[in-house]
Amino acid sequence: MRPGMTGQMPDQHPLMTRPSLSSPAQPSATASLREIRAAYQALLARRMGVLALLGGAILLSVLLDFSLGPAGLSPAQLLHTLLHPAAVPDSERIIVWQIRLPYALMAVCVGAALGLSGAEMQTILANPLASPFTLGVSAAAAFGASLALVLGLHLPGLPDTWVIADNAFVCAVGSVFLLDLVGHLRQASTSTVVLFGIALVFTFQALVSLMQFMASEDTLQDLVFWTMGSLTRTTWPKVALLAALGAVVAPFSFRAAWSLTTLRMGEERAASLGVNVPRVRRAALLRISLLSALAVSFVGVIGFVGLVAPHIARRLLGEDHRFYLPGSMLAGALILSLSSVTARMMIPGVIIPTGIVTALVGIPFFLSIVLRQRGLS
Amino acid sequence: MTHPFMTQPSPSLVPHAGLRAAHVSVRYGRRAVLHDVTAGPFAPGTVCALLGPNGSGKSTLLRAIAGLVPSSAHVTLNGEDLSRMSLPDRTRRCLYLPQALPAAVQLPVLEALMAARQTVRTPLPSAPAEEDAIQAALESLSLFGIPHLAMQAMDELSGGQRQLVGLAQALSRKPKALLLDEPLSALDLHHQFAVMDILRRETAAHQLVTVLVLHDLNSALNLTDHVTVLHEGRITASGPPAAVLTPELLRETYRVRARVDTGADGRKFVSVEGIA
Repeated sequence: MRPGMTGQMPDQHPLMTRPSLSSPAQPSATASLREIRAAYQALLARRMGVLALLGGAILLSVLLDFSLGPAGLSPAQLLHTLLHPAAVPDSERIIVWQIRLPYALMAVCVGAALGLSGAEMQTILANPLASPFTLGVSAAAAFGASLALVLGLHLPGLPDTWVIADNAFVCAVGSVFLLDLVGHLRQASTSTVVLFGIALVFTFQALVSLMQFMASEDTLQDLVFWTMGSLTRTTWPKVALLAALGAVVAPFSFRAAWSLTTLRMGEERAASLGVNVPRVRRAALLRISLLSALAVSFVGVIGFVGLVAPHIARRLLGEDHRFYLPGSMLAGALILSLSSVTARMMIPGVIIPTGIVTALVGIPFFLSIVLRQRGLS
Repeated sequence: MTHPFMTQPSPSLVPHAGLRAAHVSVRYGRRAVLHDVTAGPFAPGTVCALLGPNGSGKSTLLRAIAGLVPSSAHVTLNGEDLSRMSLPDRTRRCLYLPQALPAAVQLPVLEALMAARQTVRTPLPSAPAEEDAIQAALESLSLFGIPHLAMQAMDELSGGQRQLVGLAQALSRKPKALLLDEPLSALDLHHQFAVMDILRRETAAHQLVTVLVLHDLNSALNLTDHVTVLHEGRITASGPPAAVLTPELLRETYRVRARVDTGADGRKFVSVEGIA
């Protein structure tokens, strides 16, 4: 029986009595406060447990990702190659060190980057459909890549291997700043920004189609393959760059956790509680643009992760951004790593582009968590 | 031009005590919402009602006093110039509670209150500042009689419960001035009276300046100390409730035919007979 909120109407006219919200006698008020504290500590512990579980699952998935592949190397061979790279044939060393390991780690880094970007985006735009994919960041990156592939347009002075990624990055960052610009127009609400982002998706998709129409047969194949999203373009410098950016950006996100949590309860409420909403929003957008743009510029269009990881994190952990943000990062990393495993296993001997698999892997995962009875407390 | 219903607010005993806002003009685009309004002084320890028809500028006036909309307002609270303060400092002293209820998010009520304090900075749980925030949150929830909701998620609460959480958020920050925009809108009759009672007690105990937007004229008549009436972006009357709320004012402001009667116990009450 809950005291207070249940209809305990006073016998006399309300004006005559001294109304009270608490139940008439609460001898154990301090005891119940102690219980609340204990329950809260238990909730915190449970959330830490969920984060640890996600982390453990990622570790397993990475191991699986690393040990599976068309070459059919045994675990012993893999371990040997890892520990003594100089003592094995070139082919094995290349498979383990240049392909398996960087691909497996790239899946985790990209998934984490998209998961964090999606989570922050959904909070600052107050929209559960916001993600780097649905608001045009991926489409802009694809357009940038198509400029380099089809027209050979790119910034001067870059090595050939970086040209496509660089173009994609510049366009992706540009698209987020367009979003930011629209957000600063007079009387632009968050839904205006979301609508504009959707308009960006269609615009860039049309431009990519135009490029595809103009492309020669060879470049067309490259372009279509790029837009499918794949981890096969991974190199160690790219993994290192994305991991380093994540390591720089994520702490700033976590530091903003309480402000973002407050923002979730309403923009005006957050402002009235002293949160500098424009500044929080702008800083988050800067983080999102760098992180998601770099991620998609390396692997192409991988849509589903940034949209779904935040929902999984919200359902598992609630919306305390201290847990929600890292949770979304881990959920994103897990989805993409599992996708990478699936991409290797679906057709023996063939690695399917990861972007194709992501949604196929993510949907059951997503449904199993989101359609379940929620278990926040 | 002075309006016939305009009475001078009683000067406070302490100089500069209370909340006053001078020359508040606010425009939304081309539309002027407030025309050089000067409000107050609202005295410490009093509950003041802000009345007026829809669109008269009540919310805007409160937002401008809190510094949430750009305006030319000059606002002082107990002698301090709020207009020159940073937003966090200003909201710590003078808190505006929006009319919109806190959103139904998947967040335990306890954390909704901890977030409202905006004092915990570290992302890691179990920091000392967090212990203070938990303490303040529980005190504030107990004040409103809802500590049993602490571990419930906001999206499991009713609208009225969320409104109580919003009020608890506001009071947990211990501001010196409370600007409440329709704080009773989602509450049932019992809780409307209970919240007014809590607000009156807290206002008196901590010498707060409490200004609230009300629509129920009888609550304004009997449960507040001071009434200010806004009409079309201008203050048309201000003073003790019984002196301000006259049939003439109600006809001019709300366009209704109303009687103000005195009950057997001496209480005044408004009865509306129809639209004027």
